[in-house]
Formats: sequence, structure tokens, C-alpha cells
Amino acid sequence: MADLSIDFVGIKSPNPFWLASAPPTDKAYNVERAFEAGWGGVVWKTLGEDPAAVNVSSRYSAIYDSYGEVSGFNNIELITDRSLEVNLREIEAVKKSWPDRALVVSLMVPCEEQAWKTIVKEVEKTGADGLELNFGCPHGMPERGMGAAVGQVPEYVEQVARWCKMYCKMPVIVKLTPNITDIRFPARAAKRGGADAVSLINTINSITGIDLDNMVARPIVDGKSTHGGYCGPAVKPIALSMTSEIARDPETMGLPISGIGGISNWRDAAEFISLGAGCVQVCTAAMIYGFRIVEEMKTGLANWMDSKGFETIEDFRGLAVPNTTDWKYLNMNYKVVASIDEDKCIGCGRCYIGCEDTSHQAIDLKPQADGTNKFEIIEEECVGCNLCQITCPVDDCITMERRDVGQPYMNWTQDPRNPHREVTEESTHEA
Amino acid sequence: MNIQNKVVEASQVSVLDEMFSDIKPALTERQASYESSRCYYCYDAPCVKACPSDINIPSFIASIHNGDIEGAAETIYSENILGGSCSRVCPTEILCEQACVRNKEAECSPVLIGLLQRHATDNAQFADHPFERAPSTGKTIAVVGAGPAGLSCAHRLALLGHNVEIFEAQSKAGGLNEYGIAKYKLTDNFAQKEIDFILEVGGITLHTNKALGKDIHLEELTEKFDAVFLGIGLQGVRDLGIENEDKPGIYNAVDFISELRQAETADQLVVPEKSAVVIGAGNTAIDMACQLKRLGTEEVTLVYRRGTEDMSATKHEQQIAKDHEVRIKTWSRPEALLFDEDDKLTGIRFQKTETVDGKLIDTDEQFDVPCEAVFKAVGQTLTYPASEPTTPDSGSKITTAENFKTSIEKVYAGGDCTGVGEDLTVEAVQQGKLAAIAIDEQLKTEGN
Repeated sequence: MADLSIDFVGIKSPNPFWLASAPPTDKAYNVERAFEAGWGGVVWKTLGEDPAAVNVSSRYSAIYDSYGEVSGFNNIELITDRSLEVNLREIEAVKKSWPDRALVVSLMVPCEEQAWKTIVKEVEKTGADGLELNFGCPHGMPERGMGAAVGQVPEYVEQVARWCKMYCKMPVIVKLTPNITDIRFPARAAKRGGADAVSLINTINSITGIDLDNMVARPIVDGKSTHGGYCGPAVKPIALSMTSEIARDPETMGLPISGIGGISNWRDAAEFISLGAGCVQVCTAAMIYGFRIVEEMKTGLANWMDSKGFETIEDFRGLAVPNTTDWKYLNMNYKVVASIDEDKCIGCGRCYIGCEDTSHQAIDLKPQADGTNKFEIIEEECVGCNLCQITCPVDDCITMERRDVGQPYMNWTQDPRNPHREVTEESTHEA
Repeated sequence: MNIQNKVVEASQVSVLDEMFSDIKPALTERQASYESSRCYYCYDAPCVKACPSDINIPSFIASIHNGDIEGAAETIYSENILGGSCSRVCPTEILCEQACVRNKEAECSPVLIGLLQRHATDNAQFADHPFERAPSTGKTIAVVGAGPAGLSCAHRLALLGHNVEIFEAQSKAGGLNEYGIAKYKLTDNFAQKEIDFILEVGGITLHTNKALGKDIHLEELTEKFDAVFLGIGLQGVRDLGIENEDKPGIYNAVDFISELRQAETADQLVVPEKSAVVIGAGNTAIDMACQLKRLGTEEVTLVYRRGTEDMSATKHEQQIAKDHEVRIKTWSRPEALLFDEDDKLTGIRFQKTETVDGKLIDTDEQFDVPCEAVFKAVGQTLTYPASEPTTPDSGSKITTAENFKTSIEKVYAGGDCTGVGEDLTVEAVQQGKLAAIAIDEQLKTEGN
């Protein structure tokens, strides 16, 4: 059986599944239940200076897939609305009861040295395993100069990270906001400031929808709304991309990453880990289904690792990073075309109409004597875009088959069709 | 009477309605939302090709899924103004749902198109009739028969700007929807509600108790109106071809169903108490047998001269019969009706059959089934009034040429009275609609 335990910047955890700083980790009661359920660690919901934040009602909204399951989730809740003292006391007690679990504390105070100095020293006394600096919260707090307002300015990120490292011995994780043009800039700043790791992504500025009867966005607070922070399965692709950017940036390569963003099952977790994450944080899935989901996450990940022969998380961590590259290094000679398995085809025609209306007119509709239609790929027209495969509702009915056998690797920098061909050492960079 | 009166206790309307509660209950909003999400929105969709009335099924299901119930209903009604009753009575298992591509997957389970159609037509709320009539053409068309074919034809003609007068032999409009469909398939007086909705379009006058050959005649109609549509359905019932069929205790299934459909309380019906035999293999036979079970007849045996695979009732219908604990006996043909000395029916003798080289022949085996009543459901026939000009008749039905024209000038026909199709409600609706379009085209041509 695979060993799921990890050592993330010196923080040990029996498995890589942590609960992210959010409502599920708001207080001892929840965190105790999470640990009982089997979570490897938690990042305690963000602490701030007293007086504690005050929240509004209501706070959440969601978007749903066609089966009515939540695919995206939005919140306008602020950081903890309980006093610093109560939180610190509970953190200390929980850590004592659960010494084998990771307990990281999320922090957000004004961008002043004294404020950070004070709070990190307070947290250190609790025996917590580490700090996570909340530079990502996109709603409410930025209006007060905190959260994403800090995360969007790399100089602030660097400065605060430096203060925290200066005033405590705990590992410091900088949580990044995705509400920024290029995620590499704050990540580099965090590294320069001495941060031990980054965690990403925090939530994305969002409006999930509009109540068209009352002309107001959701969630509704007495007829008005405000943008919230978006999370859940819908944000995973954005989070994976940003994770990969940091994992392969020469300046931040090797910087430990805690992956966050729509992780709902073991497969999602494995994907983040394959892009370099040393641990993953979960929130939305737990909020929708409860803490018990970690059980299937652990067994699923372990079973998959067993099937692949990976004994530890480190065995496959980052394996997808080298395969994530710039467009210009993709093989121009690689060629796939779609192939439709007639026996599996159910005749829905979606591949045909998608290709015909919006792509390359590479599928032929052949009416049959019995009134059904047969669909055939016109190979000369097919560019191998995958659209037909994506729209096909049947597993493995449309497959992409390789057609470039025998041709050498040639990227865009080497391609004679490239008018700005980079002929020097760049052309051999990736090959 | 040979059969005992089976008086259902506390026989009030509610009791009868309770006995004939909806066999296929409507979807809840949540179920409809989920079911609609299962539709793949096929291009050149097989379900549409399988629908005799050309309803754009993927489109109306997408409208349901997007929360536009009125849009869904409009899509349905634009091709089939009787979409509400069709959603209840269509044998979807051999039409749209059989064609659904989801049958072919591992799940082998079609989208429940019929129930979704019902969801849309039941729940759409229109302030006014959803369709507007074209400017008046000044033409008036006579429609004979207010069944599905006639109603569909009349509605389409009205939409196209014509005025319509419908002549119906019965005291109520609706045809088989009112008099012939099993009570548990069309509940809550649905047929009449649907007719009210159809007539809302305007321009249609309904005359009831006007039978062709008795109260009205084709000659007058063709003189008085710009065109005539015959949608008179089938009135006769096929005999078993054995002796004593006219004796008490032997009934036509369609007559019983009609009485049941019109009964307000159960005590208005004469129901066999212990046992009844239904002869036939179509949906009427199944409806008859199941309704008897629901009315309390202990033993109901459905007998057919061939095997279950030859039955015209669909597998789904056969299953309904099994669910009602109807005994189905195949490979047996009626040989003789049995009576006691008082001429009271005591049973029926069957001759076992088999096929040899594709031919149905008798075996040397016979058996008797004791029963209080025998219900004949071996098919209906057209009884065209002798007084009316005949149309070239290839057999027992009205022959129509292209565009539903009969051999008589200005006279069109559609629905069960013609030889087109398999006498399904949805086919009658389609034929009525297409005949209306053909009439409109013809009148336009003449106008030029």
C-alpha cells in the first residue's frame, strides 16, 4: 500500500489532504471533526487583529452543472469573525490533541511591520506548525487594504513575507491571489521575501449569476450584492495552469507549492501533485459533501499510486512539469486525426454538427437506407483538434490516431514556415 | 343480463377516479430538470424522425432544461396541437423513445420524451392562445369528426386564416380521446380541457350530434363549404366469426370502454365479478383487460390466436397487462361460446393453434375458460354511411391520394378512417395537420 505521508516545508502530515483556510476550519469544533474524519492537516481560517470582522447574511452562491451538482461556488464571507484570543486558545488545544496532523494558521493584518510582528509571535506560542499569509481574499478585505490588495503588489508580498520570516521560526506559506495578470510575479516576490512555500489559488473575483426577477447578483444581501470569491471544480483549470507556471518558472522552480482550487477527489489531487504541489488544500467539496469525502480521496489516491508503482507522493510529484511547455516548443510535425468507431457510434450527430458549423468540415454525414446516419472522418480536412471527441457522449467512440509516423521533432522556432524563426541555440532548448 | 352487477361500494366519482389514477404519473419539476439534462440534443435527431408529427424534440427538451416551459410547449404545439394527449397516449416505446440514441449505450435507457412532453404541455402557462391566426381568407371548411384528426385539421386551418365548422356525431368532441382511450391514460377530463384549448384559437365552430349520412351529407357540405375534411374514425367492430355472438354476455370492448369513460360513478357500470375473457391482441384488448381488473373482476384472461411477438400491443402494453395480473393466453382461437340451459353465458371454448410453414393451423387440442362475459377486441372497421358518395375503396377504408385528397372533389380525409398509417392518435394528428396545409395550398391556387 502506497505511503501517503508527506513532509511539506518541514510540516509533517499523514496524508497530503489539508482543509483550506475557510469556513470548514473556522473553529476547534470543525477542525476536530475534520481530524476525526482523517484529514491530514488544516489551515485555520484566517486570523486578524481584534476587533474581529463582522459578516453579513447571506454569504454564498453557486452555479450548477446540468445534473444540478455544484460546479462553482462563490462567497462573500470575511476572515474569522471570532476574537483572536479565542482562536489562539483553540489552536493551541487542538494542536496538543492532534500532534500528528498539520495545523497551519492563516493570517491577515494591515500591511504594517508591527502588526505582523505581533501576530506571528502570538501564533508561534500556540505550537502551530506554520503560517499561511492570506494575500488573496478578493472580497471585502481588499477594501480595507488587506488580502488581494497586498497580493496584487509583488513588493508588498515580498515585504510581508520578509517580516514574518524575521519574527518567527515557523515555515511561512504565501497564499497567492489569482486576480492578477501574471502569477509568477507575486510568486517570485514571495520567494525573494524568504517564504518557504506558496499556496494557490485563492478565490477568483466572481458574480455567479443574476436574479433576473429582482435584477441583483447573488448572493443577495437585502436587495444588493457584491462580487465574491469563486472556487469549486470550475476553477481547477485556472489553478492548475497557475501552479504549472510557478513550477516551471526558472526563478521559482523548486519552490514548494500547496495546491488549491476545485480539488474534489483523489484524481484532482494527483493532478496538482503531478504539477509539483507537495500537498493539496480542499474546501468547496467538503462544504458540499462533508468531511467524510477524505476517506475516498485517500483510498483512491493510494490505489492509483499502487497501480502505477508509486510508493510515496514524492515518486510522482512534478512528473507533469517537464511536459508543460511553451507553445513554441510543441512538435509541429505531430499529427493526429479523429477516428470514429462505427460500432460504438450511437448516431447523435453532435460530432458532425460541431465540426460542420464551427470547425473544419471534416466529418461526412452519410444518410443510410434505414433512416439513420453514418458519420465518417474526412482525414484530409481533419486537423486533429479534438472537438468531435469532446462533444461525443460515448466513451472511446472517437479516438485520436497518430498519422505522423517517421517524422522528426520540429518546433516552431525551427519551422521554415516561421518568418521570425529563432535559428540559434533556442531551437535546441527543449529537444 | 348474464353478468352480475358488480356494485363498487361507496361508488362515487372519486372512487372511480381513484381506481383509474394516472398509470404514468407526471414528472416533478426536479425530475423533469434531471431528465431533460439527459437529452444529447442530437443533430438530425432520430427521435424527430421517429415522431409521426415531426415535433422538434431536442429543441423542446432544451427549452425545458433552460426553464422555458412555455417555449417548450410552443415547440410541441407548433407541430402537434394535441401534444398534451399524445404525450399520454403515444406508444413512445415504439416511436421517439425507441429511436433515442441513449438506448444504444451501456445504460440502455432512453430519455423519457413522452413524460417531458407532458411536463411542458401540462405546466406551460399562456395568457392567451400561443398562436395567432393569419389574416382571414374568407374561406370556410367543413371538418367531419372532432377526433384527433379533425381537431388537428381544424386548428391548422384556423391558424392559416380559414373559418372552420366541425360536425361531430357524438354529443362530445374528442373522438377516441374522449370515448376510446383507457381511463387511466387520460385522466382528469383531459380530452375536454384540450379541446377548449384548441378552440381558443378562434374561427372554429363545433356542432355536436351531427352524424354523417344522418344529420349531414357530403353533397350539402361540398356545396356549402370551400372544402371538406373527413376524420370520421372507425365505428364498426369486427366479429369473432363464431355462433351466438349476438347473445347477452358478449360485448364489444370499445363500447364498454366508452361507457366507462362517460360513467360518473362506478355503479353505472356492469362489471363481471369473477371472470371475464378478452379476445384480441391490440392496445384496446389490453386496455379492456386492465380496466376490468381495476374495476374488480377477479380473473381476466386475454386470449390471442398467435404468440406474444405477433401481438400488435407493444411490449410495454403487454407489461402493463402483466402488472395488472391479467392472464395472457396465446396460440388459441375462439371456437364456441358456452351457455347453460337458461342461455346464460358460462364460458368460451378455445381451439389451440400453431403455425406450420407460416400458416396458422389448428392442433387437436381444445380447452374451455369459464367466464361471465366475453369482450371482443379484434379490431375496428369503417362503417361508411351508404347514403354518401363512395370513395374508391381498396378495402375497408377511405382511400386517399397524395395530399389526403379523396376521389371526391374538394373532399379530403385523414386519421383512422383512411388506409394511411397504423391508426395511432399521433398519426391522425399529423394527417389532419398535413391535410389542412394541403387544403390551404389548394384554396390559394384556386384563388389565383
